[in-house]
This record gives sequence, structure tokens and C-alpha cells, in this order.
Amino acid sequence: MTTVQEPSQVKLTEFEDNDQKPVGFGRMLRKEDARLLRGRGRFVDDVQLPGMLHLAILRSPFAHANIVSIDTSAAEASPGVKAVVTGETLKGLGLAWMPTLSNDVQAVLATDKVRFQGQEVAFVVAEDRYQARDALELIDVEYDVLDPVIDVRRALEPDAPIIRTDLEGKNDNHVFDWETGDEEETNRVFAEADVIVKEDIVYPRVHPAPMETCGSVADFDPVEGKLRLWSTTQAPHAHRTLYAIVAGIPEHKIQVIAPDIGGGFGNKVPIYPGYVHSIVGSIVTGKPVKWMEDRSENLISTGFARDYIMRAEIAATREGKILAIRTNVLADHGAFNGTAAPVKYPAGFFGVFTGSYDLQAAHCKMTAVYTNKAPGGVAYACSFRITEAVYLVERIVDVLAYELQMDPAELRLKNFIQKDQFPYTTKTGWVYDSGDYEPTMRLAMEMAGYDELRKEQAEKRARGELMGIGISFFTEAVGAGPRKDMDILGLGMADGCELRVHPTGKAVVRLSVKTQGQGHETTFAQIIAEELGIPPADIDVVHGDTDNTPFGLGTYGSRSTPVSGAAAALVARKVRDKAKLIASAMLEVSVADIDWVKGSFSVKGDPGKSVTIQDIAMRAHGAGDLPDGMEGGLEAQICYNPSNLTYPHGAYICVVDVDPGTAEVKVRRFIAVDDCGTRINPMIIEGQVHGGLTDGVGMALMEMISFDEDGNCLGASLMDYLIPTALEVPDWETGYTVTPSPHHPIGAKGVGESATVGSPPAIVNAVVDALKPYGIRHADMPLTPSRVWDAMRGQATPPI
Amino acid sequence: MQVPAPFEYERATSVDQAIGLLERLGSSARLVAGGHSLLPMMKLRLANFEYLIDINDLHGELGYIRLGADEVRIGAMTRHRELLESDALAQVFPVFRDAEKVIADPIVRNRGTLGGSLCQADPSEDLSAVCTTLDASCVIRGANGERVVSMEEFHVGPYETAVADNEILTEIRIPVKSGKSGSAYAKVERRAGDWAVVSAGAAIWLDDKGHIHDARVGLAAVGPNTTGIPEISAALRGHEPDESLFELAGAIAARSCDPSTDTRGSAEYKRHLADELTRRTLRKAVERARS
Repeated sequence: MTTVQEPSQVKLTEFEDNDQKPVGFGRMLRKEDARLLRGRGRFVDDVQLPGMLHLAILRSPFAHANIVSIDTSAAEASPGVKAVVTGETLKGLGLAWMPTLSNDVQAVLATDKVRFQGQEVAFVVAEDRYQARDALELIDVEYDVLDPVIDVRRALEPDAPIIRTDLEGKNDNHVFDWETGDEEETNRVFAEADVIVKEDIVYPRVHPAPMETCGSVADFDPVEGKLRLWSTTQAPHAHRTLYAIVAGIPEHKIQVIAPDIGGGFGNKVPIYPGYVHSIVGSIVTGKPVKWMEDRSENLISTGFARDYIMRAEIAATREGKILAIRTNVLADHGAFNGTAAPVKYPAGFFGVFTGSYDLQAAHCKMTAVYTNKAPGGVAYACSFRITEAVYLVERIVDVLAYELQMDPAELRLKNFIQKDQFPYTTKTGWVYDSGDYEPTMRLAMEMAGYDELRKEQAEKRARGELMGIGISFFTEAVGAGPRKDMDILGLGMADGCELRVHPTGKAVVRLSVKTQGQGHETTFAQIIAEELGIPPADIDVVHGDTDNTPFGLGTYGSRSTPVSGAAAALVARKVRDKAKLIASAMLEVSVADIDWVKGSFSVKGDPGKSVTIQDIAMRAHGAGDLPDGMEGGLEAQICYNPSNLTYPHGAYICVVDVDPGTAEVKVRRFIAVDDCGTRINPMIIEGQVHGGLTDGVGMALMEMISFDEDGNCLGASLMDYLIPTALEVPDWETGYTVTPSPHHPIGAKGVGESATVGSPPAIVNAVVDALKPYGIRHADMPLTPSRVWDAMRGQATPPI
Repeated sequence: MQVPAPFEYERATSVDQAIGLLERLGSSARLVAGGHSLLPMMKLRLANFEYLIDINDLHGELGYIRLGADEVRIGAMTRHRELLESDALAQVFPVFRDAEKVIADPIVRNRGTLGGSLCQADPSEDLSAVCTTLDASCVIRGANGERVVSMEEFHVGPYETAVADNEILTEIRIPVKSGKSGSAYAKVERRAGDWAVVSAGAAIWLDDKGHIHDARVGLAAVGPNTTGIPEISAALRGHEPDESLFELAGAIAARSCDPSTDTRGSAEYKRHLADELTRRTLRKAVERARS
């Protein structure tokens, strides 16, 4: 096993631990990096098939318009063009509409009208990309432009234009109402509270913006009747089933392959019309067809995230005991409800808005509406809307601290759920599995030098300088299912895992989840290594190909380690149980007399007499006798159904400086203490945390998908939609505590999204804290210099 | 993948050959230098040209920084990186290095050119503000020879310059005045590499007594054109530099510009920045002139 060269700032002890562990948990270079860093990764756009054609999509320039006519004749006559397909063509095939992940329908190609700028209107298949793109210019579409619904607050007004005229009997833009908690009890607690604080908080629309945009290569073999689809998907198995339902191709004749994926962040959970186009294109032309969207297409048409307008209210005693939280949310779901969330959770896991605090009551009421904007509402590194929930509670707690004139750290410490209260059932019904919040908070404060920072701030304020310290403390709910509560379009959220140990003791593990850069090929090898004592280098991790992996729901919502990580540990234990029986036969002792130390079984009291897992593997496949009734081979498979979510937590502290003259925000320091239970590969965890924190800087300070009043998307390129660079972020200071999950076989909780969830409130709280001399207690993201300047003058406005 | 519309491509081997091609192809052709503005526009199909004349091979002919006693001459093909790294240029006009540090990123600076930046004539363009600040003039060459225009004449409007379809910008000339001088540049951006929300350049020339002999301010991203503000120069000349004078200059800058509200910021904020950055750059320029 390769160990990381020791950087000076990392504590030596972590490496000592690692050096003593040639197998199992610990820092280890990522197995996949040898390939990825040398440019030998294979992404969808690297797939080249003989005779492959290329597809380009014509998109609507308008947010809302009837399609009067489409003339494709010139495009069809254009050089190299093999097919031009419109909504009318698809309608004839019964393919004009497809289900979304939220049981709504979405147009594969618009037939009646377009409902957002960038919606798919027609596609061209041609011999090369240039020809396909050039032919788009020749398609003549006549539109009859309609008034769009852009301001979400006006979507339910009686005179608002109706967007979903395709839905029978639909006469408004209402999507759903949703409620959680006890309204009556919450109102009662509010009525009796000393202090009530209210604030309108907006989490603007943002975009996951993965480095690799979405795309697919479809290859339909008319003789075999088999469809092979290479696609940018985080959930290959779920997609396969949906294609079977949508396209009517039998499921066993569909192979979905997710090769290397260049970042997903939730953007690659939904099925996009483009994937279906490539399938239709391949069926129509009889050739493989590649579709790879460009950056603008990705930003304007694929799954966005957030877009919640939240009225938050918090009730407390004068001494700072938080009693209750209630909120009213208006959710913008765009033109089609494409939210990626378990079916019974239309607002995802927003119900955890009660945060890390021991409350008496809580209530949330939400209304979701259609607007003329791109559909989506994906889990953008947010574990199904937890980002919004954590932002809401961590922002409103800071507003309360402001009103009570209490230190925000002290207020949080005073209200934490205590260690002995776990498992803790929240007032909205979530059962937090484990937690020990105070040590995590104290560690972050100690790392930050919290008291010294407050002193420094006081001195700076006296000089007219603006320095802010922001805290957020989050609890996440990750790792969906259990399957009885959680499914996507009827597919239960449980995940399979298969493990085979080859005769020479090397192993292959097959997963249903799919890495988009998180390091699954390393982490899962380490999990198996820890259980079986086979070095991680000897374990191949296979994932992303539905023909070669067991069924499961895929990677999003930080579910890989909580769900498939558990599956991997359990399947390895199953193999180990069989190995033990073989060992007892080989050593000619009873099973009860066998000791297991990582990698070998030995006779109790006689450690010199032992067999290794490799010896056993050869015996399992070899000619020697096996115990009576035992089949040969050394392999196992399981499907793991989690009994609960896992609930990681963390304490984040951000220090900012604001230029009083230009209102520019500089994030000076950021301390992140994460508790994700058992840590499998600390280097990978830190990498995930660094990425998430950087993401948080983007959302807090610069990212937003905005629209003009006509519905034109103003974030259609990375010049307009800003994502942060290394220059906007400080050197991250990370720490950790370990509170294992009691129900997870190795005690691990998910971590992939923790930092994205936890960092935006810390940064916003820091900026608002810096502006305290101006009497500011709230300002909405993104905190661009212009918006901060507005706030400094008491003119903070919502971004939408 | 974003792909441009079809076009034909030619690499020019000399300035005269490039002019010859332009003479022949007229407005259907466009010169490409660094290409960092033109190529994205072509890929987005916001710009469509039948012919592209690549002048990168003219870097040998047009890539230079020549310091004379009363004038600095910079070739139009001089790359951002060369402007950034020239100690001699930073010595005379530190405003260049200030600006180059905040222009785009190293990849763009390796390729992008001074001439390309000016000819793009984006209202947010930093080097236009720098050249305006330094009272530069532009040498434009055509089939019938050269002509020299001031920055005010050069900028016709947003994305529009005095360079005709059959001409090429070959050189920028910046006067070197006697006495102590200093210059500085400041930019507020939402993120490193973004276009300016507002940026400002300032240059100061002091006489023997330490009074302001001349002062110039150039702003970017606050109106359709980057132009100097003569009123600031008039208000500052002859005075001893101090904080109240900078404030006055800032106030003039704020009321002289014409910003608009967009995703980078409100017009009001940009006006405030015109004030703030004018004061900051003047302060810095004076500090440099005195040191």
C-alpha cells in the first residue's frame, strides 16, 4: 500500500497509524488517481465507436412561447445531416414526454409550447459536431411569445399565465403543498415565548456546474435488440429501469455504463432529454450517436438547486433557551417538477431544519410552484434540501443571538441536543442516530482561538475596520433509505454489493453506487481490506456498468459510504464467515478454536499454526476437500437496506474582513471540524471537505442563476455564473471528532456534502457579523461587493 | 462543445501582408491575436466572420517595449505577460503592472495582447483605462501609411474603434513627462479573473515644488467608453496633493461616469466605486511619485 509523503503540517501520528496498517483504514493515495492524473481516464466524451454520429440540440430562445410551426427542410438538406427530429416526430412514437424523478412529466422535445429558455425543441444528428451545430441554424421555428412567470412570488396570482397547460384541468401554477411538525403546538410555544425573531431568508438558485457537462453515447443494436448507453449518470441502475419504462426496451436489453465522471454534485442524477435524444437518434439512424452538451447548455437547462424563499421564525426565552422554530417556504421548481428526492419527501429532507438543537416544537409549511425557468431542484451536494434547512436554522439562530445580544457560540452551546439524548427524535420526526456536539464545537473554537478572535474584532471595530466571525453548526441526514420509507419512482433505496475472492487471494468488489470523483475505488477497497486483510491494491472496485454490477440506487445525498459502504463491509464479513469454516477444516480444529487477526486465521493458543486469506482462497477454488456440504468458491453478495439515515455533524468557524470602502469580502480563515463517524481514508475526507468549503464560498459570495424579467437566464456561461478559484479561499483548517453511527456496520456516516451544507451559513454569518456596526442582522446571498455595500447602507435586498 | 460557424483561416507573415489581406477581404475578415475575446464570441456564435487572419506570427515585428527619453513605445502584439514582467515599464509606469496583476489569469495573459485588448474596446477593458490614464496614442497602419490617434479618438463606442476594416493597430505610444511621476491601478471584481465591476487608473506628475503639474484618471466599466476625465485634471493641476483634493477628484469621477446596473453591481455602487477607486489610485500614485 502506498502511503502519502508526509507533509510537514500533518500530524505524524496519523501516518504512524497508517504505517502499522498495510490493510484497512487510513491515509492512502487514491487508486484511481494513477489513471486520472495521467490523462488516462475515460469519460463519456472519450467514447469513440465506429460510425458514430453526433447530435446537437436546438433550444428555445424564449422562456414561454407557443410553437406555431417548425420547418426542418433546410436543416435536413444540410451537409452530413442524417436526421432532424422534432417534438411532433416523438409524439408519433409516444416519446414526446417522459416522467421526472418527482412523478411529474417533462417534455423530451417541446410539442405544444416552450416553458423555459433553453428548453429542447428539436435535435439534429449529423456526421460530425460542426455539421450538427451548423444545421441547427437552419431550423426555422415560429414562436408566439407568451407572458412568462419569472417572479416566483407572483406565480400563484389569479392572473398569472398558466405554464402547465399540458396537465389536464390544471388552472394554476401550483405544484404541491407540504407540511411537517405540529402547527398548533408550535403556535402555542410561540405565543408563550419571551422573544420571537422573524427574518425572510432567501437561498437563491444555484447550479452544480460540474467540470464535465452532461452527455451520452447511445448504441442501439437492432439485431440483438440491445441498447448500450454510456452516460454521465450518478445512478446507472435507476436510469436503466427508467429507460425501460420510457422507451419500452426490455430492461435486460439495456446496458447503462457510467465511465469516469467529471463531477456530479447532483447534476447527473436526473434523466435529461438529451440522453433520450441520443437513444432515439441511434434507433432512427442505426448508428451510435454521441451527445455532449456545451457549458451554456449545462448551465441553462440542467438541474439547478435551491431556490427557496423562506420566512423563518424562532422563539426563545430571554436567557437564550431556544423553544421553537417555524417556517413558511415558497419553493420555485421551474417549469417541470424534476426534484430528485425520495417520493414521500417532496421537499427532500428539509424537515431537519430544527438543526442541532433541543426544541419544544417546530413546524414548516411549504408551497411549491411552477415558473418559466429550467426544471430541477437536484440534490446539489445537499443531501436532499438539507443545505436549505441548515442555512435557515443557522442563520435564524444568529439573528436571535443578535437580538439577545448573546455570543452566537454561547447561544448554540446552550441549546445543543445532549449526548445522552441520542437517539434523538426531532419535533419533525427525524431520529438522529448519534451525536456529541459540544466537543466538536469546543474543538473548532479552540482551533480558531475564538476568544482571541473576538478581542481582535473589538480592537478593529474601534479603529473602524470590519472583521466578522461566523459560526455554523450543522447536523445532516444522509444515506437514504431505509427502503420502506424511501424510494425513487418506486425503486427502493437499498444497494447491492458482490464480492469475489479469486484463487490467488485477489478480490473484485462490485458496487451499485458510482463515483464522480469521490474516490470510491480506494475507499471501498479499504473497507474490504479492513474486513478481510487483503491489501487494497489487490482489490479491484467495479462500478458504473449495469451489466457488471448489482442493482442499487446510486451515488448522491452522501449515500455511498452509509449505504454501499455498509454493504461492502457486510459482504466481506459474509466471505470471512465462509473463510473461517474453510480455515477450521484446513487447520483441523473446530471453528470455536479459531482466532482471526487481519489477513489470517490461527489456532487459539498456537498462533504459529495459521492460514492466510490467500491460502483459504486457493483452497476454496482448489482440489482439496471443503467442509461437508460447502460449495466451492469464495464469494458473496448482499443487498443492504439501511435501518436509518446517518447523521454527521460539524462545527465551522469563518473569519472575514470586509473593506469598508469597496465592500469586498475576504475570507481570511475557515476552521472546519467534521464528525462523520468512523473515518476510512482521512485524506479523501479532507479532500471532500476542501471541495465543499470552496463550493460554500461560491454560493455565499458569488454564485447565483438569475433571470431578467423576460426569463432570459443571466448565468449562461462561466463568465456570468462565477465559481470560486483558489484565490478566493483561505488555507482550510480542518479537524475532526469521531462519533460512530450505532447502526452502521463500521460506524461510518456520509461526509461528501457536509462542507457544502455547513459552510454557506458560516460565511454569511461572518459577513453579517462584520457589518454589525451598521446595525445589520441579515443580508441574503450572494454577498457580492455591490450587495454588501447595499447592506452597509441599510438597503439589503433579497436577490430575487 | 461550443463550435463556431465555418470560417477560413490565414496566418499573416508580415504587417503589410495582413493589411493586404484586409484590403482584399474587408469586413468579412477579422484579425485574431490572443483570441481570448474573439474566439469565445465565435464559439457562442455572437461573432461570425468568413475569414480569420492570425497575426500571432507578427509577434516578432510587433512585440516590444521600447523606452525612449520622452516616449515609451509598445508594440500592439506585446503580450499581457510581457507587460506584467517588464521591470523597465513598471519603473516608468507602475500602473501597467498593477493592472496586469488583476487582468484575467496566467493562461489569458500568456496569449492576450495589448493591441487585442484595445481593439476589443470592451467598456470593462483594463488596458484601455491604463492607456487613457497615461494619455497614450495609437498608431494605426493601413495601405496608405500610418496615422496616430489619441485614446479619445480611438474609442468610437463599445466594441468599436477608429481602426478601419483594412487597418491594423501597430503601436501604442505613451509620453514620458519630466519631473517626478507616479501611477497606480485598482480594480474591484467579484472574483479573480472576472471583468471589473469598476476599475480606475491614476497618474500624477509633480513639479519641483511638489505641486501637481498634471494628473489623469481613467475609469473602466462605468460607461460605454473608457475616456479620461478632463475635469479632474483641471481641478488637480497646480495644487499640492492632499486628501481633500483626492476627495474632490473622487466626487468628480462619480458624477462624470455613466454606469449601468447589471449582475456585477448597481449603478449606484459603481458610481461609489468610481469615487473610492479614484481616491485610492490617486493616493497611491502620489505616494509613488514622492518616493
